[in-house]
Amino acid sequence: MNAIKAFFSNMKRRNLYFLIACVVVLLITQSIAVTLGFIFLFGTPLFFMKELPLYASTGERIWQYTYLTICTFIFVFLITPILVIVPLSFNVEPYFTFTEGMMSFDPSAYSLRWYKDIVYNGMTNPEATEGWWADMWNNAQWIRAARNSFFIAICSTILATTLGTLAALGLSQPNMPYRSLITSLLISPMIVPLVIMATGMFFFYSDVGLSGTYLGIILAHTTLGVPFVIITVTATLTGFDRSLIRASQNMGANGLTTFRKVIMPLILPGMISGALFAFITSLDEVVAVIFLADVEQRTIPRQMFSGIKEQISPTILAVATLLVIMSIGLLTIVEMLRRRSERMRGLAPA
Amino acid sequence: MSETVLAQQNSDAILSTDGIPLKQKLARTTRKLRMRAFLLTLPLVLFLVVSFVLPIGQMLWRSVNNPAGSNVLPVFAELIQDWDEQGLPDEPVFEAFVKDLQNAREKREIGKTVGNLATRVNYEMPGTRSLFTGTGRKINKVTEGPYKEALLKINKKWDDPVIWRTLKRVSRDYTPAFYMAALDHKYDDQGKMVPADDLYQIYVSNFGKTLWMSAIITFFCFILAFPVSYLLSTLPMKASNLLMILVLLPFWTSLLVRTTAWIAILQTEGVINDILVFIGLVANDSRIQMIYNQTGTIISMVHILLPFMILPLYSVMKTIPPSYMRAARSMGGTPINAFRRVYFPQTIPGIAAGTLLVFILSIGFYITPALVGGEDGILISNLIAYHIQKSLNWSLGAALGAILLVIVLVFYWIYNKLVGIDKLSFG
Amino acid sequence: MKLSKLLLSTVVASGLMAATSLANAAGDITVVSWGGAYTKSQVEAYHKPWMAKTGNKIKSEDYNGGTAEIKAQVEAGNVSWDIVDVELSDAIRACDEGLLETIDASELPDGADGTKAADDFLEGTLHDCAVANIVWSTIFAYDSSKIKTEDGPKTVADFFDLEKFPGKRGLRKNPKSNLEFALMADGVAAKDVYEILGTDEGIDRAFKKLDSIKDSVIWWEAGAQPPQLLADGEVVMTTAYNGRIFNAVAGEDKPFEIVWDGQIWDLDLWVIPKGSKNKELAMDFLKFSTGTEPLAAQASYISYGPARKSSGPLVGKYHNKDIDMGPQMPTAPDNLTNSVQNNFEFWADNQDQLSERFNAWLAG
Repeated sequence: MNAIKAFFSNMKRRNLYFLIACVVVLLITQSIAVTLGFIFLFGTPLFFMKELPLYASTGERIWQYTYLTICTFIFVFLITPILVIVPLSFNVEPYFTFTEGMMSFDPSAYSLRWYKDIVYNGMTNPEATEGWWADMWNNAQWIRAARNSFFIAICSTILATTLGTLAALGLSQPNMPYRSLITSLLISPMIVPLVIMATGMFFFYSDVGLSGTYLGIILAHTTLGVPFVIITVTATLTGFDRSLIRASQNMGANGLTTFRKVIMPLILPGMISGALFAFITSLDEVVAVIFLADVEQRTIPRQMFSGIKEQISPTILAVATLLVIMSIGLLTIVEMLRRRSERMRGLAPA
Repeated sequence: MSETVLAQQNSDAILSTDGIPLKQKLARTTRKLRMRAFLLTLPLVLFLVVSFVLPIGQMLWRSVNNPAGSNVLPVFAELIQDWDEQGLPDEPVFEAFVKDLQNAREKREIGKTVGNLATRVNYEMPGTRSLFTGTGRKINKVTEGPYKEALLKINKKWDDPVIWRTLKRVSRDYTPAFYMAALDHKYDDQGKMVPADDLYQIYVSNFGKTLWMSAIITFFCFILAFPVSYLLSTLPMKASNLLMILVLLPFWTSLLVRTTAWIAILQTEGVINDILVFIGLVANDSRIQMIYNQTGTIISMVHILLPFMILPLYSVMKTIPPSYMRAARSMGGTPINAFRRVYFPQTIPGIAAGTLLVFILSIGFYITPALVGGEDGILISNLIAYHIQKSLNWSLGAALGAILLVIVLVFYWIYNKLVGIDKLSFG
Repeated sequence: MKLSKLLLSTVVASGLMAATSLANAAGDITVVSWGGAYTKSQVEAYHKPWMAKTGNKIKSEDYNGGTAEIKAQVEAGNVSWDIVDVELSDAIRACDEGLLETIDASELPDGADGTKAADDFLEGTLHDCAVANIVWSTIFAYDSSKIKTEDGPKTVADFFDLEKFPGKRGLRKNPKSNLEFALMADGVAAKDVYEILGTDEGIDRAFKKLDSIKDSVIWWEAGAQPPQLLADGEVVMTTAYNGRIFNAVAGEDKPFEIVWDGQIWDLDLWVIPKGSKNKELAMDFLKFSTGTEPLAAQASYISYGPARKSSGPLVGKYHNKDIDMGPQMPTAPDNLTNSVQNNFEFWADNQDQLSERFNAWLAG
């Protein structure tokens, strides 16, 4: 109860009103932008996506439009933060905010200096003509971090996908013993607070000499990626007609052939999207890295974390923008796979 | 006993082609299938036991096991246990104490120094650290007995029986003291459990704050997710697929990117404040503090967790046939009634899944509060990290972690019962 | 199948990457310091010449002080830091707890003028496990484009005066220095600060004084933050390490003004964590960097005083501007009029307790 009281006394009433006021202002300004955005993206504002029956009453119409307006606001809330950082990353000034020049679309207010900084930061001699590439590859902080991030993410993705797919195949067999218990165990890395997991690993891995090594972090990230693989692969196996396996065996295929020709094509989309989930989880993970890694294994999110905590420079926004572009790419792949999988299993119209 | 004999004995049992009773054959095949299914999961189970379960188990063990006392004072730790806690201990105990201290000072072994002991005692009796480290620096001057007098000469405070009672407790390897500390309790001078001083009561209220803020975040997520999910589930496929991108893109975007974005938006020199100043709603010198406090934590966490609410809600709503609502309407129900009595009850599985998932995830959040929470917006995870990385009271951090783990597992269990873990899906 | 080929090639590629990064490891040491302008000054004055001379490589890592990371590494048995720049009280404490390698001061090189090392180093700068490199100070500073210098803050009491100077304050998120500042602002004479802080009433008094500005404080942890906070207008004045403010003024033309009244000066020392994997190299780096010339060279990049007497005469101007470094040092006579030296024994013994109380106070 004390905590609740403390919460309310801490949250100053004046601030609360102000907060509401600013949210409203933000929503109004942004909703205009979003309506335009909708027209640009989809050729129509949200209002016309959902058609009303001709017999709808005026009350229903008003309600419908109010409702769609609310939804527009929520979509704005979801997407604005991600869009806001993109123009800010081209700021010529070292600030996190829109300058007057940017508002009036003055080209000199925009620059690529923060993108250059990603490459230059940490290089011994960015002006050098000779050995520039080696210098960048070995010394630029963000490049090193990116190398670490991708190396760790690729390794842990391979491990997580292999182990997770096998386990998902086992779990989806009708005869699986202790199914719910084992499933809960295998999903729990997603549920258990990261700090607890990272703390446990910090002590244990230090004891066995894995702390401060690539292997330690790869193991940690594999653990975190496994639940996603299990969930996505299991999803592709639900509604799987097991008589297909018997049919294949009847026709003389051995276990391996059955797996390759019957099961594999079905679970492959699930495997790939599970792998992508595991990949992005590892690429985004920072708590385990904070606890387990030393400078050698510093990753992009770790670099961002200390950057945000200590000295915010728009370089972080530039990195963030690149990460957003990558997310868009990965999301596209996952969505394509999901639809393909649904089509294959006949769950959705082609 | 061979199987054929068995088969002959039950001559009326149905036999399979190779002469084994069908029932038995079936049992054997089932066992084989069960075994095969289990073997498929085995590598991962073993992997997780080593990489995940053991480390957490070891951490939990650390929360009750802290052998600093007996590590630094091996002889003394044995002797003091026989002391009746009346007055001061006897001379042999003092002798053991002095010699153990000298030994520790001499060797300076990692984890077995006077400093380690001082730290450990200081947890239970704040304000004694300097007594131990100070005595440690002078202990080598004592060369012969009587050791009690010699120790008292170094520092008068050794006269206090409370110190020796504390030392007796600290000399035991297993202790509930860290759970007591995690629940804002301590030992008093007599060794009884009492609430900690007001100044140091921060953990229970922080657990409360964590749960309360998680509840608020879950509530806001629900309020925002429900209309959006409903819209997505009722729009034509093509439109909803397009809109779904707006939900999935944040879901796929790095947590740190989104947190950075909120800093850029909410900080005093940030986008919102600039807009407010620009339109004259707020004076330039009274910009609003929206970040580095609870407000900042709540806003960014709602944004980060919103997709986890929308996706389960959407997947449930998609399965509700729109004809139900139409039927209810055609039978004369008002729109509100039809929604309340027909539609809403069917969404409850989705609501349960979404709220529980968001609640569980927000209880354990660390990164966002650490970056935008300032002083009062931090959650229990941040306190655990503080004790593991900064104050280095590892046992207390582990005890706090154990309590947090229990809370999360309870909700996980409820989730499993109500929703079923296999219902989890993304996108 | 194409996918498997792809997977195979990534495995091979990543294996190669791991191999190359392992190959780099020979002859590397990890030097840990306070980041920003300070680390930069060390890179210019110590790291680059040492790397050029010995052909070894230095990995530079930043931290925010304290013994926590060293202790965690040593006690968890996984030491990745080879040499660390720490404050004096932390050096003493870590040495007492057996976390550091002992350093034989007689191995240190003589001064450039031939003075024996033991005599060349300033008094109190050589310890069992630590060798000092610089003298630095905690001061407070303000932005003179926002508060005019004529009517700007002059004394440490002004820092706590929210009526005369409204606006946010920046303070280090650590009881050290803040408690001393609070007492001095509350009217305690500089020489009596630690005597009063040694009593429970004194500590209560200090916290009470901090209470009076608590709602207006933005807490910083990294030394690079205070100049940033001032530049962004997040605070009107802030405590800071004097060198960081000086570098923002000299290097980036920021209009910041330092108030020396009530400054708390301290030493930074090199220590080697026990169990360092590159102890020999770290020791070699230590000897090199605390030589007469590197110490003097560092003073041309940041306004911290060298720990060797023989470096004093070599200290000249800021490396690329016509600014005399002498008057910018914490130890310049004009800056010492009302000052205290950080009492390392007090903090070695009380840091834990006061940190605990400070954190409870922050959370409350």
